[in-house]
Amino acid sequence: MAWSLVVLLITPVTVSLACLWMPVRVAQALSVAGGALTVAMVTMLVPAPTTTALGGWLRVDSLSVVFLVAVAFLYLATALFAVGYVQPTAGTRYGRRFFAGFNLFAWAMVITPVVNGLALLWVAVEVTTVVSALLVAIDDTDRAAEASWKYLLIASMGLGIALLATVVMYYAGSTVFGGSYQLFYPKLMAGAPHFPAPVVRLSFVLAVLGYGTKMGLVPVHTWLPDAHSEAPTPVSALLSGALLAVSFYAILRFYQVSVQAIGPVFPRNVLLGFGVATLALAALYLASQRDLKRLLAYSSIEHMGVLAIGMSFSAPIAMVGVLLHVLAHAAAKGTAFFGAGSTMSKFGTKDLGSIKGGIGALPWSGPMLVLAVLGLCAMPPFGIFRSEFLIVSGGLSDPRDAIGAVLVVLVTLGTLGLSWFASQTMLGAVPEGTVRGETSRFIVASMVLGLVALAVLGVHPPAQLSHLLARAAKELR
Amino acid sequence: MVAAMSAPSTFTGGSEAIALAVLLTEFAMLRAPLSRSQVRLYALQSLAVSGLALFVAITKHLDALYALAALSFVLKVVVVPRIVLRLLRESRVELVASHRLGVATMVLISVVAAAFGFFVVGSLPVHARLLPTPSFGLAGAEILVAFLLVILRSDVVSQAVGFFSLENGVSVASLVIAGGLPLILEMIFLFDLLVAVVVFGVLIWVHHGRTQTLSTDPLEQLRG
Repeated sequence: MAWSLVVLLITPVTVSLACLWMPVRVAQALSVAGGALTVAMVTMLVPAPTTTALGGWLRVDSLSVVFLVAVAFLYLATALFAVGYVQPTAGTRYGRRFFAGFNLFAWAMVITPVVNGLALLWVAVEVTTVVSALLVAIDDTDRAAEASWKYLLIASMGLGIALLATVVMYYAGSTVFGGSYQLFYPKLMAGAPHFPAPVVRLSFVLAVLGYGTKMGLVPVHTWLPDAHSEAPTPVSALLSGALLAVSFYAILRFYQVSVQAIGPVFPRNVLLGFGVATLALAALYLASQRDLKRLLAYSSIEHMGVLAIGMSFSAPIAMVGVLLHVLAHAAAKGTAFFGAGSTMSKFGTKDLGSIKGGIGALPWSGPMLVLAVLGLCAMPPFGIFRSEFLIVSGGLSDPRDAIGAVLVVLVTLGTLGLSWFASQTMLGAVPEGTVRGETSRFIVASMVLGLVALAVLGVHPPAQLSHLLARAAKELR
Repeated sequence: MVAAMSAPSTFTGGSEAIALAVLLTEFAMLRAPLSRSQVRLYALQSLAVSGLALFVAITKHLDALYALAALSFVLKVVVVPRIVLRLLRESRVELVASHRLGVATMVLISVVAAAFGFFVVGSLPVHARLLPTPSFGLAGAEILVAFLLVILRSDVVSQAVGFFSLENGVSVASLVIAGGLPLILEMIFLFDLLVAVVVFGVLIWVHHGRTQTLSTDPLEQLRG
């Protein structure tokens, strides 16, 4: 189904261009249609993922399709949310620019797992940065401009390091393939066992540092809470649920080649170091947040730490857990941001101390935000419960089982912070003068979609999806 | 031993001299008082990088590098500096020094960082096919000093130029160890840089529009 890759390549960018000229209502409808078509194309790839198109420049395998599922789902859900969030009254110019940028951002994230090779991967991730930096600034406030600048600068410097990692890996390949060749994944994987080990080690460390900047790994995470908190909420949802995931995907591509070249020990140790630092810092910072969206941003950093630690375990079950975690985090974090957007619209603030009685004020999105936060806290029956269970199981069966115990302790710490603030803001009496009711039925619909997906992932993932995860985990070994 | 002590070939000496010139312009950018002079130094540095590509193309008979040298010249020596200089002309701000530390301290820190980068990167077992290995160490040193430029200067133009010059450092590293990188990929990288430059320009313009300054001092509301 090579044509489905071509459709994925052209759909969101076509929608983006159309949004520049259409009335906001049409742009909203087109965005939802673009998201739905993307989901349909990705769904077709799930049973038979390995597909190549355009002379090998586009290629997906099981690993790519896992990340495509996360991105496509969140693209559709966020488009639905954005219909309720960006009202036509916000202004035609703003609406057009927002939806054009939104779809272009989605396009950059869709093509990241679709392009074949480390060089185009870097280009795609760089495109996600420049587009999303503009979207972070689109609300035209002082704080948004500051967050956008810091994001663009820090992420670009990180991607400069990632480009160096790509160049170094190219050099490693040139010792086998000669001076000029394409950095396509199958070629690299085939030649990797003969690559010089010190060069591959250098490349992998640079890649984790470079792409880790976009993924939110400590200590190169500092842009993330600012950008997530100041961006329009639909952009925050995409940044958190999809962009961090595709940055992790870039690291996994280097991981695959490195494991083939130098074995799994060194790459796992590098990821373990970054993962523990990331999870520890996020778990501690979660307890001191006063801003609803920053709280969710630190929760994202926490989950990226879980992913990095999960990849450091040798058990195959942990890798399945990591990939499931990517999907579950996308659904949970998207839903939580949608709920945060609804709450902010209702109370007119992001300050956690000023929001009270969310469940009473928002009869649908309030309880659903609580459920999404419980999902993020790995409560059953949601997908993160299942994924973290698999990761911890893998960790406890690892020779270094103490890491599994550290993971459990730090995740519990993070859970306490997240659930404490959720209970403080969502429970209790509704402040006087607050009108009970939802701001938009589209926001409710997007949250229902996210929670259903999160529950399905936790209770009983579809058989084809489970097979996909197992195949993708096998590709990583 | 005698072979190791022998004088470098024309190619070795020439390429290392150009890589060193790239590093020296980075130092000059670090201490340059005005944003405008920093942009001109960036153009000079890009000229050196384009010259390095041309030098490798001529001496090693790599036709693709002629195109890369030409493209690099057009984009990095002409287009990007023009975009940034025009932005500076339109901003009409009072030019103030944005050094976070004294110039002598900054340069000393940068010398230490550059030496660290040169010796650590140079000690890696990377045997350059196209250029002598010391050039790879110089590229590493240049990248580290570019990071310092972003950290030690508190104005948006210096920080943007820091990123652009980081890309120049990666270009030198790329020529050193990956000169055979397919031209199509090099072109994509360069156009991607151009897009990044435009977005940097837009955000500098937004920042100036909101604060009437190019300093990053007002950017202190958010703390990561």
